[in-house]
Amino acid sequence: MRGNPEGHELIAPGSLAAVLELLSRAPGEWTPIAGGTELMVAHAAGQLRAQKLVSLWGIPDLRFIETSPKSIAIGASTTFCDLRAHAEVAAHLPLLAKAASWIGSIANQSRATLGGNLVNGSPAADSSPALLVYDAEIEMVSVRGRRRIPYAAFHTQYKRNAMATDELLYAIHLPLRFAHHRQYMRKVGTRRAMAISKVALAATALVTNGLVNEIRLAAASLAAFPTRLYQTEAALLGQTIAPDTIQAARNALLAEAQPIDDIRSTAEYRRHVAANLLEESLIELGSKETPR
Amino acid sequence: MSTHATTRIVGAPVPRKEGVDKLLGRAHYVDDMERDGMAHGATVRSSIPRGLIRSIVFDPRIDWSEFTIVTAADIPGKNHIQLIVADQPCLADGKVNHCEEAIVLLAHASKQKLREAVAAVHIEYDPLPPVFTIEDSERQDVIVWGADNCFKSFLLEKGDVDSAWSGAAHIVEREYRTGAQEHLYIENNGVIAEYSAESGVMVWGSLQCPYYVHKALMAVFDLPEDKVRVIQTETGGAFGGKEDYPSILAAHAALLALKSGHPVKMVYDRMEDLAATTKRHPSRTRHRTALDRDGKLLAMDIEIATDGGAYSTLSSTVLSRATLHSPGPYVCPNVRVRSRSWATNTIPYGAFRGFGAPQTIFAVERHMDEIAATLGIDRIELRRRNFLHDGDTTATEQVMREPVILDQLMDRALAESDYHARRARFARENPGSPIKRGLGVAAFYHGSGFTGSGERTLNSLAGVDVTPERNVRVLVSSTEFGQGTNTVLTQIAAEAIGLDMNDVIMAPADTGIVPNSGPTVASRTAMVVGRLIERAGTQLVAMLREHAGLGEGFSREEFFAACEVYRAAHGSIISLCRYEPPPGIFWDDQKYRGEAYPAFAWSVQVAQVAVDTVTYSAEVEEFWSVQEAGRVLNPVLAAGQIEGGVAQGIGYALYEKVVWQNGRMANNQMTNYIMPTAEDVPPIHVYFEEIPFRHGGYGAKGIGELPHDGPAPAILNAIKDATGVSFHAIPLLPEDLFAGLAAQRPVEEAATV
Amino acid sequence: MSACWPTLHMTVNGEDRAVQAPPMKRLLDVLREDLRLTGTKEGCGEGECGSCSVRMNGELVNSCLVPVLQAEGACIQTVEGLAANGELHPLQQAFLQCGGAQCGICTPGMLMAAAQLLARNPHPSLAEIREGLAGNLCRCTGFTRIFESVIAAAAHNAEDSTNRSAEQEADAR
Repeated sequence: MRGNPEGHELIAPGSLAAVLELLSRAPGEWTPIAGGTELMVAHAAGQLRAQKLVSLWGIPDLRFIETSPKSIAIGASTTFCDLRAHAEVAAHLPLLAKAASWIGSIANQSRATLGGNLVNGSPAADSSPALLVYDAEIEMVSVRGRRRIPYAAFHTQYKRNAMATDELLYAIHLPLRFAHHRQYMRKVGTRRAMAISKVALAATALVTNGLVNEIRLAAASLAAFPTRLYQTEAALLGQTIAPDTIQAARNALLAEAQPIDDIRSTAEYRRHVAANLLEESLIELGSKETPR
Repeated sequence: MSTHATTRIVGAPVPRKEGVDKLLGRAHYVDDMERDGMAHGATVRSSIPRGLIRSIVFDPRIDWSEFTIVTAADIPGKNHIQLIVADQPCLADGKVNHCEEAIVLLAHASKQKLREAVAAVHIEYDPLPPVFTIEDSERQDVIVWGADNCFKSFLLEKGDVDSAWSGAAHIVEREYRTGAQEHLYIENNGVIAEYSAESGVMVWGSLQCPYYVHKALMAVFDLPEDKVRVIQTETGGAFGGKEDYPSILAAHAALLALKSGHPVKMVYDRMEDLAATTKRHPSRTRHRTALDRDGKLLAMDIEIATDGGAYSTLSSTVLSRATLHSPGPYVCPNVRVRSRSWATNTIPYGAFRGFGAPQTIFAVERHMDEIAATLGIDRIELRRRNFLHDGDTTATEQVMREPVILDQLMDRALAESDYHARRARFARENPGSPIKRGLGVAAFYHGSGFTGSGERTLNSLAGVDVTPERNVRVLVSSTEFGQGTNTVLTQIAAEAIGLDMNDVIMAPADTGIVPNSGPTVASRTAMVVGRLIERAGTQLVAMLREHAGLGEGFSREEFFAACEVYRAAHGSIISLCRYEPPPGIFWDDQKYRGEAYPAFAWSVQVAQVAVDTVTYSAEVEEFWSVQEAGRVLNPVLAAGQIEGGVAQGIGYALYEKVVWQNGRMANNQMTNYIMPTAEDVPPIHVYFEEIPFRHGGYGAKGIGELPHDGPAPAILNAIKDATGVSFHAIPLLPEDLFAGLAAQRPVEEAATV
Repeated sequence: MSACWPTLHMTVNGEDRAVQAPPMKRLLDVLREDLRLTGTKEGCGEGECGSCSVRMNGELVNSCLVPVLQAEGACIQTVEGLAANGELHPLQQAFLQCGGAQCGICTPGMLMAAAQLLARNPHPSLAEIREGLAGNLCRCTGFTRIFESVIAAAAHNAEDSTNRSAEQEADAR
């Protein structure tokens, strides 16, 4: 343990209003901590820069899953265990339920939160590709009120996001209009569990007789932050899934992807495996079976 | 004669002796312990791989008067860690030869203040050019150790290798490489040390060999035997990683205890343990093999190189075992093995389960498949044609006087794995699937106990005594660290004496109490030490019969009553036995010839591997391990050793990579050093054939290291079977498979967009 | 200065405990140091190995990643709370019989994870057992006998509850 417990202040005001007031009063001074599965790792490594932390754990306003006819709203402090246990998430957002099972271990899933996963902003974040292909929206809240932006606009640079210094991530909204879309998601890690993504690919598509009417593709670890693969999508939209279009899409992805070499893997490996995942997904999406 | 047809306790699945305490969370590991007035210790380490220490500056923002500071100048005795060669300093003195080398020790009651203080010791260096690879070291442009960078070399020769090439129908030549491997015991290294002028040094710690630590401390402190006492605490895994390293840690903590006047606890966190402690020696093995038309071995020319790191530690003995296991379980009339261990400026390598054998068995068992492919002979058939049998001689001219049942082991392995049917199925299914499946086989032996005259040199002493509280105590310095020492030795004692398990306990592994039964290494505990306990138990009963009127048959009451009669007359009741080598063991250390090991355990393993051509990942789907290791003393514990060893071997092959950056382990966190999880290990099927070995405890031979020798070659052989592509180096990660398999596909051009 | 630290209340193994500690002190360290419950172990400090697993409010958590302030009011079970009335818990008994513990350092966390699994899923498949224990690293066993132990404990529980309902049925008649 290389962190100094006495070197950090941690308070738990216990209500959303109190947290927002704090963030407004002293912008940039307080770092919200939910389940701690990222910040406490940094603390243990002696690398927790945040001196002042405000706990979100146990604030009921932030931990909810609400279904309405057209969308599901997920509170930012919803844990991955919560997501996995929820019948409607499993039914309507199967890729998100699957992503929730990818987070660490059961012990991590009971504490890690959806909001934390997004705010941490790792390019390898497990939940991001699913949220991107489901057209998720992010709702942020401050004393000034609430606002929403598409999740696709949330990450702005490596580990930087669109939130103002007095804002808190409040909820993630998912429109329920993917019931007829074919869906695919796969993660490649160092092992079957407890693995940070080397690369992951998610896809939702409307395909009729092999023709791609709608397609959304999103990847982990192919850019500085989780992102849609717009150029690869463009190579597929309006096309029929066939060997030549698959090859063209592979080439588009190879050009669009900007992975790096790091301690876990290499750029070359990530790029080519992503292309393989794309091919695998297109074969599945284009098959004559009924959508999952 | 130790091979009893029926035994009551030996051979039974007796529950782990210390199991209940472990399950209740009551077992005390070193970090669970405190001492009054205890301080914590920490280490300031080198940040460069090689250089001279120009200055050590203590930042004035810290009040150093609160701290105990120890450097090389404070060492009362010798500044070296006594192992084989005394080249490793206890603390760096003026120069460093690897990253993380210990330079300054600090103690303080507050762990937080200690952390701040470590960061406040500023060391300036004059760097020297470092050497990081075997090849760099071999080139000898830069000399970093001794006169020529070479820790040790061996030459093993049988027959005349050079005469065989011209007559050979085939010559197959390849090079194989293995990487460093971290033990990853779940309990990090840790000790607590105390010092007093009256008693000397006392150390409690997570360790395998109390007497190794004892010997090292005697040298560092210039103290006699009876002024140093080492006690093993419950140890959370070791695998060889706590064979030699604890001597360093114990010396450090004891130096701080001496200077501070307080007990000192030093427990590493995971980052430090990964970065600074020993690992398995990386290796390069080159094979050049001559065969006749039928695939019979005519000559094996083998060149081995290991990377020993910055100091020699155990490199010579690891090299020895690597050398002796390199020709595989085969008959070959002409063999030459030239082996060398090289110094580099990396963390000194040390013991790890298998101790050189996994490295060279990887090479020879991969090579057999390469030969089979080159000659167009079935790889099982090739092995069978060359297997050792009873009466054959090995590369060291050792005659196989004990039964060698490799054929039977192979038969059983193939049958249990349904080898032929599975391969036929994969041949049908692979072409139509992105998942390519294959099977791979490895056949091997592992020499039990110390090499050659090693056991004679160890001259182990062990036995039993009886306490007034009516316990028989097993007196050994052999330690428990999960592998079952406590259970099997108490089983043996209970059996030999004629008591129940409840009547027998282990004496604490305390050098103040127990004799030196040798280190807990080399798969020697059940065979060598077990035999001593067996003899001592029998001897105890004989003593009681002769001197205390104990009858032929006796009850528990009668036994303990006789003990008290004996104690009244003699003061204590203790039965010790010294090691007696089996007859006919002669070893020539100069010529490297003779009986290399008193016994061998044998194994054939089969791996089923699935290679995913989408992700280039290889996974072991199922594994079979058939072995003959003498008598199985406890089937649950024995199977547990095989299962655990196989899992570690799978990690060695496919998951575990040490990433080096400028001589430092860059992935020194568990999130980045990858071992298989519960979702990754395959079903592991274990089968024992038992041929009791006359000279081992109740017929046992060594078992702990054997299972780690085979998985890596079996797995890479399976990958060759699955994909048609041969790989020659481990760890074999998906990125490496990608490089090898994607080379088969046409190069893809990224579209210009 | 400990006077500045809040007093936190939690129930640990059924007992009410009060602790004064800096809010960012790890629950793991509070258990081991303040409460002297050393059964829970530290293997990595990063939430990777699971040796520090405990059950908090009915969920499995890595106590090395929980700041103690967030355990205020929590109901916590550690390995010391598994056995009851001097009798081994069925999981502990199964681990003993089947060889699920070798060096024992991963065992407390492994037992917690297994207890959590069986509480949620009394009859888990092997795949579910693998997933439930994926966050607990064991270097000694290769997991084989740990799986057997969990299966045995689940079977024992099933048998137990069959016996108990048979008894209830008999009582009812």
